[in-house]
Amino acid sequence: MANYKLTTPLDEATVRSLNVGDTVSITGRLYTGRDAMHHRIHSGTKPPVDLAGQIIYHCGPVMVKDGDRWVCNAAGPTTSSREEPYQWEVMRDYGIRGVIGKGGMGPKTLEGCAKYGAVYMHAIGGAAQVCAQWIKRVDGVDWMDLGSPEAIWHLWVEDFMVIVTMDAHGKSLHKDVFESSREKLLALKA
Amino acid sequence: MSATAQQAEQTAIDPALYETILELIRRTSAILPDDVVRAVTAAEASEEKGSNAEVALNIIGCNIGLAKEKSAPLCQDTGTILFYIHTPVGYDQLTLEEAATEAVREATRKGYLRQNSVDSLTGKNSGDNTGPGSPVFHFHQWRKPHVEIKVMLKGGGCENMNAQYSLPHPQLGGRDLAGVENAILDCVLQAQGQGCGPGILGVCIGGDRGSGYAVAKEQLLRLLDEPSEDPVLAELENRVVAKANQSGIGPMGFGGKTTLLACKIGKANRLPASFFVSIAYMCWAYRRRGVEIDAASGRAAAWLY
Repeated sequence: MANYKLTTPLDEATVRSLNVGDTVSITGRLYTGRDAMHHRIHSGTKPPVDLAGQIIYHCGPVMVKDGDRWVCNAAGPTTSSREEPYQWEVMRDYGIRGVIGKGGMGPKTLEGCAKYGAVYMHAIGGAAQVCAQWIKRVDGVDWMDLGSPEAIWHLWVEDFMVIVTMDAHGKSLHKDVFESSREKLLALKA
Repeated sequence: MSATAQQAEQTAIDPALYETILELIRRTSAILPDDVVRAVTAAEASEEKGSNAEVALNIIGCNIGLAKEKSAPLCQDTGTILFYIHTPVGYDQLTLEEAATEAVREATRKGYLRQNSVDSLTGKNSGDNTGPGSPVFHFHQWRKPHVEIKVMLKGGGCENMNAQYSLPHPQLGGRDLAGVENAILDCVLQAQGQGCGPGILGVCIGGDRGSGYAVAKEQLLRLLDEPSEDPVLAELENRVVAKANQSGIGPMGFGGKTTLLACKIGKANRLPASFFVSIAYMCWAYRRRGVEIDAASGRAAAWLY
């Protein structure tokens, strides 16, 4: 387990050097994207921003308008497994290098990470204020017609801390913990 | 009187009641109850130093402090808004429901609540957390002179991890305590970190498929250190927590010692033909608060939790 400081956009070599368990502090752009955004991309609409080398953050923030400026009131991760059908395609078609969310993702995403050079990074679920503090600016928003939580928010973050839980080497902490906990609970069965 | 209270008065809503409920929502969204804070703090101390589990609980601890200080949502998913209300006999529940609904709208404008109510066919967000079925009201009468409102905000991440089992079950067992225990632990296994653990379980043994979940959620209104009055259920609660915490799932599913902070089990009578175990998984951001309200003035008499 190592600690890294990374700046977006990410390059493939850097991403492939990361391992499950590594702690990463990210500075730069994050684009939020969740269910409706992934579904729309999957249905054939091109994303409104260039996602090459970028990170998608599974997050539906609480945004409040202050004059003509958006302020982020809360912005922790949302459950990632809902994007399992779509995420690998976004890696393939638009070159994202990272996904931040919570709860982990499944085999399609894990395979996508290895094939296209990407990682899944886990933020701390529910820690909306700590995450919001790392978000220094909201620089824009697209697809607001999907509703505020589902829109693509352009966030600028500094030292946004995450833990790599699925890497580009085919390793998934979620798969490992599931297997080991299943065995332990089986042994404890009433 | 504030501008919002004046506005409420113009729309024939009891302004004192409205202000009390708005404050209740603010507190619920921003300030985690003391019993939960104590449990999270104890969990952090028990995890291995330098582990990802400890890092997660440390960030959670910071988050609890920040939300309170900034009076901002603990979690951006302010969840399903569940009201549990007791009123004296003869009290006008409709007026109370109107005041609470208006308070929810204002809490959404103020950013205490996220815009979280979506039409299930069109996908359109109502923008103010109201619409068919939202917020959720559970009204009860009682013979006490005051009104009691409890509110719980239950996020979608943990709500999606709820599970209902029908016993007997081929892998989990029969219609007995062993079958119930195995069903509850299967829910914990399937949830892993996706419900934002360490979690708190509300469980109902029995009831029908609808009432089972309702009773399971009501268990989450109990204090964490308040065991079931039924010694058999109290023992089962302890056993579930002990076994879940040996599973190694840990905070956020990162691995570690704290998978559950508590398990609260209730029961309801069932049909001879049915035996359901309904489990409501609550995340660590266990937002529940309450207030006792003077029925005549609409003002808070005591804050609960």
